[in-house]
Amino acid sequence: MTAKPKFAMYWAASCGGCEIAVLNIHEKILDVDANFDVVFWPVAMDAKYKDVEAMEDGSILLTLFNGGIRNDENEHIAKLLRRKSQILVAFGSCASGGCIPGLANLSPADEIVQTAFNTLTTDNPNGVYPRVSVNMPEGELHIPKIFPVLRPLDQVVDVDYYMPGCPPESHQIAAVVDLVIKVVMGEAQLPPKGTTIGAGDSTVCDECTRARNVKFIKEFTRIQDVAPVDPNLCLLEQGIPCNGPATRSGCNARCPSAGAQCIGCYGPAEGVMDYGARLITAFASVIDAKEPEEIERILDGIPDPVGQMYRFNLAGSLLRANKDAWKAR
Amino acid sequence: MTNTFEPTIIGFTCNWCSYRAADMAGTARMKYAPNVKLIRLMCSGRLDPTFVLRAFSSGADGVMITGCHPGECHYIEQNYKALRRFLLLRRVLVGLGIEAGRVKLVWASAAEGAKFASETTTFVEEIRKLGPLNWGRKDKDEGGGMNDEAEDKNSSFIIHNSSFEKEVPA
Amino acid sequence: MTQRISIDPITRLEGHGKIEIFLDDNGNVSNSYFQIPELRGFERFVVGRPIEEMPLITNRICGVCPEAHHMAAAKAADAAYHVDPPRTAKMLRELLYMGFYCTDHTTHFYALGGPDFVMGPDAPVAERNILGVIHKVGLEIGGKVIQMRKYGHTVVEMIGGRKVHPCTAIPGGITKGITAEQRKEIEEMGRWAIDFALFSLKIFNDIVLGNKQYVDLVLGDVYTHRTYYMGMVDENNKTNFYDGKVRVVDPNGKEFVKYAPNDYAEHIAEHVEPWTYLKFPYLKKVGWKGFTDGEDSGVYMATPLSRVNAADGMATPRAQEEYERFYSTLGGRPVHQRLATHWARLVELLYAAERWVELVTDPEITSPNIHTKPTEKPTEGIGIVEAPRGTLTHHYWTDERGVVTKANLIVGTTNNYAPIQMSTNKAARSLIKDGKVTEGLLNMVEMAFRAYDPCFGCATHSLPGQMPLQVTIRDKDGNLVDVLKQFC
Ligand code: SF4
Ligand code: SF4
Ligand code: SF4
Ligand code: FES
Repeated sequence: MTAKPKFAMYWAASCGGCEIAVLNIHEKILDVDANFDVVFWPVAMDAKYKDVEAMEDGSILLTLFNGGIRNDENEHIAKLLRRKSQILVAFGSCASGGCIPGLANLSPADEIVQTAFNTLTTDNPNGVYPRVSVNMPEGELHIPKIFPVLRPLDQVVDVDYYMPGCPPESHQIAAVVDLVIKVVMGEAQLPPKGTTIGAGDSTVCDECTRARNVKFIKEFTRIQDVAPVDPNLCLLEQGIPCNGPATRSGCNARCPSAGAQCIGCYGPAEGVMDYGARLITAFASVIDAKEPEEIERILDGIPDPVGQMYRFNLAGSLLRANKDAWKAR
Repeated sequence: MTNTFEPTIIGFTCNWCSYRAADMAGTARMKYAPNVKLIRLMCSGRLDPTFVLRAFSSGADGVMITGCHPGECHYIEQNYKALRRFLLLRRVLVGLGIEAGRVKLVWASAAEGAKFASETTTFVEEIRKLGPLNWGRKDKDEGGGMNDEAEDKNSSFIIHNSSFEKEVPA
Repeated sequence: MTQRISIDPITRLEGHGKIEIFLDDNGNVSNSYFQIPELRGFERFVVGRPIEEMPLITNRICGVCPEAHHMAAAKAADAAYHVDPPRTAKMLRELLYMGFYCTDHTTHFYALGGPDFVMGPDAPVAERNILGVIHKVGLEIGGKVIQMRKYGHTVVEMIGGRKVHPCTAIPGGITKGITAEQRKEIEEMGRWAIDFALFSLKIFNDIVLGNKQYVDLVLGDVYTHRTYYMGMVDENNKTNFYDGKVRVVDPNGKEFVKYAPNDYAEHIAEHVEPWTYLKFPYLKKVGWKGFTDGEDSGVYMATPLSRVNAADGMATPRAQEEYERFYSTLGGRPVHQRLATHWARLVELLYAAERWVELVTDPEITSPNIHTKPTEKPTEGIGIVEAPRGTLTHHYWTDERGVVTKANLIVGTTNNYAPIQMSTNKAARSLIKDGKVTEGLLNMVEMAFRAYDPCFGCATHSLPGQMPLQVTIRDKDGNLVDVLKQFC
């Protein structure tokens, strides 16, 4: 019997939800186990970090990498795993486009630290902040260094495939596992490098069952202010800023089917270079007004334009960050 | 250093009116600031906000968008669409810390060469006051350095500093 | 000669928490440091975002307990809008939460904490895992554990819209109700969950309590700290996970304070150390006295054990029986032995399952009245729930449009940071003597973590208990003396 191909999964600055989503594929996990030699997966098995270092370059067939790159430690592992892996997948929205943690790019890193250590309940009269290296009476202690901005994986290393979602839906993960197994068996071909896998190639709106009447709106409103929300009509047409039109399909329009707006976790739809730009276009096209004042009044209904447009994609967008954060590099 | 600062401005013009206005300003040898690199669109409605973001991320200090006067768009209502996009985009830019004054929307008919020239000159002065935006790449910076490959891999639209104009099909 | 020992849960460079132990000239422990390597800054970047997005943004703090953040943030948003959601909406949220609790406690007990007991702490490492448990207890148990986890997730998904990172709680209620068919399905699953919880308690009873060696281990001094205990209680001082007041008892079990969520800042403060990105919460009125236990130290604990210690009982009948048995067996309230946390967790599992059925059989649970439209201007709101790993506090200030202007988050696991640091220290001190590190160190330190439910998910993003340990011993020049490894 020939040796099984090697598999790895790693979390960088991740919430752990991506790992949970993989564990949630239940029996499919056994397929992974049956077809791969799992060499590195901190959540599920012993983390042989040293062993990874000792491996030959390119000896891992497939690595699923989740979480963004927030500090030097994340970057170090990203580079290591890139070297060791033939196929590196940016797994989940953090690794693909920065996700919610990427909203941190709206502020310079020192402001983030200062805020965290000066909250209402923080007792910090002497202005103590964590330091990368600090001398305690017994010796020196180190913690990783926070980078000025959070980066998705492809801004640090070369990425072969993207698998968006926060986290990716389990049925999509299962489908990708199936595909890779088929490829290993020689029954299927890998898609071209750079492809987004485990997702659709249209928009959440295309999967959404809510009725669209191509109506225009006279105001944006917020979900808690609509009572009751019409269960069958497009949310955007009810004035609720729904990110479906710019967001990649693949989740079966989960949130709109549960009565909530799509917040955009699957990232930009196929062919969209900048998520926010696409959403600006989409929102602008439903506004029913021609006069600047009237348009401005309607836009006032979106209280946080930058957060609305880049909730999951700021770090992966064209501009990547707020000016202050960008300049602080 | 700001004294010698010459802003780089990208101007997106509509083929039917504002581009002609610019053309007219040119042929009539009206004086206006040379900092604007024009990119001709078939209509302001073709203005994808991506173009503006792309301009800023590639080093532009300001972006000017011009189109036919309301009611005079050759594609009927497309310039209203441009207006709505512009107003929303500007809010998003402000959220990103980019001064609202770095983007400008101007209506100019084919006959308004003088207006085009003066609006342009004013805009250049305004941008000069705001100073350089300087978003462009800073290679190898920790936590922000652009990876060349990532940067260019989906560049369907790149503004080259040398290009005076570039046509983007409607 | 000074020696340094570093215990990296996932080795030094991979983060997610590590412990540095320093030895003195005699080779005894002079100090130890449990370091948290990461900070993501949610308190900063939620500013500027609308408050209704808090339940959607803050659940990305932790994918292990996103439900807890979703609920705490939703409650804070209700409070900010001065709106009281309809009874059905609150019940649905709590029902979702009970599904989550059952899944989470099950995972922890069977896959992480339990194996130490079921297999015995001396069992070979390779057997001290869920597979070993299945071997010992019987094959059907594995299936049951998976079933319980699936059922819990199903409830979360039915009510919360998504399996991980739910999306349905909004200011004033919830976006989606349940149908009569769904109700029936959820009830059946809940009844099964009660049986499962009882079955789990029986396993604990037979295997652990029936074995004197284990009981001695539980009651031993290594894992004992006399601290304050925190937990949320209802108006009868019974445990509640979703709503109520936060009660703190002193090391003698006497009520020290019972505060409404709005008053939390009068009672809780957080200490900062420069060697870690995580803060150390403590009781403000007692004060920060360093990493010590006893009545004079503000250190408190917030875990299943602390919740039962802080409550006068459980609000459901069978859980109450188990609560009574717990204290009569362990010699009365409060119990200071950290390893009893595993048992307390099972008592809570039973409560959560019983509460699940209570909620789903309420005649109003299928009512379409699930949202109250806020009418007042939003100002400021505080929301507290009990996350499995400790009391979770979300506090937001907003402008008049409901856009967040300031935030304060005290996350579940963070509450236990100081006690974990102390337990680590104590375990190290008792196991490292005269420069000799016993092999048992790894396991004992690991067990100390597990007792706390070592999910640093919220803080460091590791999953519960998935902490392969490595102890590296170096001499004072940094030369490698020895490496001990153990993987769970
Ligand atoms: S993509 Fe979402 S689920 Fe995955 S690590 Fe990031 S925040 Fe967590
Ligand atoms: S905008 Fe939202 S609600 Fe409307 S069709 Fe698209 S996804 Fe569905
Ligand atoms: S509807 Fe939108 S936010 Fe919800 S799961 Fe799908 S892509 Fe993500
Ligand atoms: S044709 Fe000039 S703006 Fe439309």
